[in-house]
Amino acid sequence: MADISQQLQEQVLQARAGGEKLNIVGGNTKAFIGREPSADAGTLNVSEHTGIVDYHPVELVMTVRAGTPLADIEAVLAEQGQALHFEPPHFGPESTIGGTLACNLSGPARPWTGSVRDQVLGIRLINGKGEHLRFGGEVMKNVAGYDVSRLQAGALGTLGLITEISLKVMPSPAASMTLVQEVGMDEVLHYMNSRSAEPKPITAACWVDGKVYLRLSGAKTAVEATAEKWSGEVMEAGAEFWRLVQDMQHDFFTGSDEALWRFSVNSTAANPAIEGDWFIDWAGSQRWFRGTGQLSDMEPLARVAGGQVGLFRGGDRSGEVMHSQPDALKRIQQRVKNSFDPDGIFNPGRLYSWM
Amino acid sequence: MKTKPTISKAELAEQLRAFVDADFVITDDETMKPYECDGMSMYCEMPLLVVLPETVTQVQRIMRICHKHGVPVVARGAGTGLSAGAMPNKEGVVLSLAKFNRILNIDPLARTASLQPGVRNLAISEEAAQYGLYYGPDPSSQIACTIGGNVAENSGGVHCLKYGLTVHNLLSVEIVTAEGDVVTVGSDGLDSCGMDLLALLTGSEGLLGVVTEVKVKLLPKPEVAQVVMAGFDSVQKAGDAVGGIISHGIIPGGLEMMDGYAIVAADDFAGAGYPRDAKALLLCEVDGTEEEVHEHIAEAEEVFRKLGATSVRTSQSEEERALLWLGRKCAFPAVGRISPDYYCMDGTIPRRHIAYVLSEMDKMSQEFGLRVANVFHAGDGNLHPLILFDANVPGEFERTEAFGAAILKMCVDVGGCITGEHGVGVEKIRQMAIQFNDEELQQFHDVKAAFDPTGILNPGKAVPALKYCQEYRSLEYKQHKHEHTEAAQHG
Repeated sequence: MADISQQLQEQVLQARAGGEKLNIVGGNTKAFIGREPSADAGTLNVSEHTGIVDYHPVELVMTVRAGTPLADIEAVLAEQGQALHFEPPHFGPESTIGGTLACNLSGPARPWTGSVRDQVLGIRLINGKGEHLRFGGEVMKNVAGYDVSRLQAGALGTLGLITEISLKVMPSPAASMTLVQEVGMDEVLHYMNSRSAEPKPITAACWVDGKVYLRLSGAKTAVEATAEKWSGEVMEAGAEFWRLVQDMQHDFFTGSDEALWRFSVNSTAANPAIEGDWFIDWAGSQRWFRGTGQLSDMEPLARVAGGQVGLFRGGDRSGEVMHSQPDALKRIQQRVKNSFDPDGIFNPGRLYSWM
Repeated sequence: MKTKPTISKAELAEQLRAFVDADFVITDDETMKPYECDGMSMYCEMPLLVVLPETVTQVQRIMRICHKHGVPVVARGAGTGLSAGAMPNKEGVVLSLAKFNRILNIDPLARTASLQPGVRNLAISEEAAQYGLYYGPDPSSQIACTIGGNVAENSGGVHCLKYGLTVHNLLSVEIVTAEGDVVTVGSDGLDSCGMDLLALLTGSEGLLGVVTEVKVKLLPKPEVAQVVMAGFDSVQKAGDAVGGIISHGIIPGGLEMMDGYAIVAADDFAGAGYPRDAKALLLCEVDGTEEEVHEHIAEAEEVFRKLGATSVRTSQSEEERALLWLGRKCAFPAVGRISPDYYCMDGTIPRRHIAYVLSEMDKMSQEFGLRVANVFHAGDGNLHPLILFDANVPGEFERTEAFGAAILKMCVDVGGCITGEHGVGVEKIRQMAIQFNDEELQQFHDVKAAFDPTGILNPGKAVPALKYCQEYRSLEYKQHKHEHTEAAQHG
C-alpha cells in the first residue's frame, strides 16, 4: 500500500537523461504477451505502487494504483457486493490492474458487460518526458480532452507508465446459472448469436469440445425463468467452469505447448478452415486456435472473418505477433507513440518491431 | 503551426467544382447563412465556403486540397451540437456530410449496423426495430443528430449508466485523415491489436479525422420497461435515494432528477401529473425481462418510500410510461417557455455531492441575479443546469456565461468535469485550463499533431492554446469576484 510514483518518475527521468530504455513490469505474470522484451532495456518495476486510492460503492467508481493485484481489488469490491464486470484473467495471484489495462484483457462476460477499456474512466500516466499527467476522471461521463485513458488499452505500455486507474465497477449479479448442451461446430455460431439477440440475461457463451455453454446472470427470477425456457442441462459446477475459462486454466489452454492464436472477428463469420483445435468464446467474437502456422498465414483468414489475429502465447516471438497495420495507420501510431515517448524509452519493440 | 491559407476563395471553389457538383460548393453568403452556427447559436462565424460531397473519394480529394493549401476544415453533421464545435472557421471550409445519409446494412444475427455518418441517431433504432433490436445511446437531439456527430462528441443520453456512451457501442469507424488517407479503425471483432485509436477518435470533436462510415452494435430491445416516479421534499433526500437504488444492486435503464423549477415548468408543458409541490423528482426506469422488472420495480418502490419519498407512482401501461417521460423529455423547451432565453450547461459531478452542488448553485443564482433550473442525469452524475436569461437585456448574456463558468469550476472542484456529453468546442475552451495543466494540454496538442500535422482540422476548438491558459487561470478568480459584484448591483 504505497505511493512510489515519485520514485518511478525519477527513474524515467534518469533513463531519459542517460539514453536508456525501460521494460515495464508489474506482477510479471504476462511476460508471454507481445514480442520478446528488449534485452538491452532496464526494468521499471511498478509492483510496489499499490493500494486503493478512493472507493465509493455508491458512485460505482474505484481509483486504484496500477500495481495493485486484481485479487486485492476484487476482495474489497466483494465486501460491498460489487465486482469487476469485465472478468479479468488472473495469470497468477500477482496479476495487476495496470497490466490488465495495458494488455486490454477481459473475460467471458466481455460482449455483454464491456471490456476493461470500457470501464476505464481516467488514468494517471508518466510519459516519456517524465511528466506525471492526469486524464479523464472519476465520473461516468467526461468528454473534456481526448480519451487518452482508453487509448492505453492494448498499447502494452508503449505510451507510458500507467500509475493510477479509475474504473467503473458494478453490483455482482444476484444469481447465475449455466446451461450446457452438445452442439456441433457448424451450428454453434448461429445458435450463440441467436441466443444473444434475445432480450434475456445472457452474460457468457462459449463452445469447446462439441459443447456449448451459456451463462445467465441477473435477478434470480429472470435467470430461472430463462433457464426453464431455453434448452440445455443446468451445470452444477458452472461457476468453476467460467472461472477456468476466465483465467485461461481450462484444459484447452493448459493441455498443450502449441502456439495459441487469438482471433477477434465478426461473431457470425464462418470458422477459418485450418487444421487445429478451437475454443470459441464471446458468442463467436473471440476464437482461440491452437496450431502451427505463421502470422502471415493467419492474417488473411482473420480478415475474411472481419477481424484481426495475434499470436497470444508461445510460438516465435522474435518476429511480429500482432495483426499488421496498414501504412497510414502505422504512420499515425508511430507519431502518437512519439508524442508520448519521444525518446522511445518504454517497452521498445514489445508491441510491434517498428514501435 | 497554423498559417494563412495559400489559396484564394475563388481558386479553392474552382478546384472543388472540378469534382463536386457545382451546386454543392456554396460560396454566397445567403446560402451559407444556415451554416454559421450549430445548436449553440450564441457563437457564430461565416465560413469561406461550404461543400457537400457525396462520395468518400470526394472527401479524400477535398482533404488533400485543403491539406496542401493549409485551409481549415470543419466537418458538420446535423449541426445540433451544444458547444459550438461545428462553428465555421472564417478562413476555412465547412465540410457537410449531410449527403452521407444511408443505412448501408443491418445484420440482425451479428446485431450490427453499418452506417454513413449522416444517418440520424433515431433512424438507426427505427430501422433495427423490425428485428427486435435498437441502438443504445439516445441523446435528447436524437431525432435530428447524426451518428457521425455522435462519434465526434461521444454522445450519451439518458441510458448511459446501463448501456454506455457512443464509445461503448462502436465496432469500427472509417475516417479520412487530414492528409487524405482513408483508414478503418476497429473491426467486426470486439477488440483490435495495439493502442485503442477507436476510443481516441471517439469524442475528438472533429480534430483528428473526418468520419465517413460507422459500424455500431445493436442491442435486443428489452421485453418490458417500467418507470417509477418519486417526489421528495428535499434535494438531499432525492440524492440519497439515487445512492439507495444503486447500493441496492439495481442498475436502472434511466435515472433522472429534476428540481422544483423544472418540475413545475415540465408539468405545465406536458401535463405529466408530476407532484408540483415536490422539491425534487426522480424518474427511475427499470428494463429487462418481465420477471426482472417485476422484481426490481417492487424493490425500487420500497427503497424510495424508506428514504422519505413524499409520493411514489409506477407506470402501469406504455402510455403512462410515455407520459411520465414526456415531461422530462420536454424539460428544455418547457423551461424555454418561462424565460426568453436559456443557457444549457453540462458538467458532471460525483453523485454524492449533488445536494451540495445544487445548494451552492442556488446561492450563486442569487449572487448573479439569474434563475437556474436543473435537470440531471442522476444515474451518471451529469448535470444540466439551465440558466434563464434575456439576451435583449444588455450584459445579461455575459453574466450568464460567467455564472456558467462558475458552475463548471465548482464541478471540477468537487472531483467532476467541465463537460459530460456536450463537448468542449468553443464554448468551454477556457475552462479546459481549470481541468488540465499545461503539460496535459500540451500532450493533447501533440496527439492532435500525430493525426493532423498542419492543424487544419477544426482548429481553435476543444484544446486551448497554452498562452491563453495561464492568463485565464489567474484572471478567472478576479473576474468571478468582479461579476459577482456587478450582478449584485444589477440585481
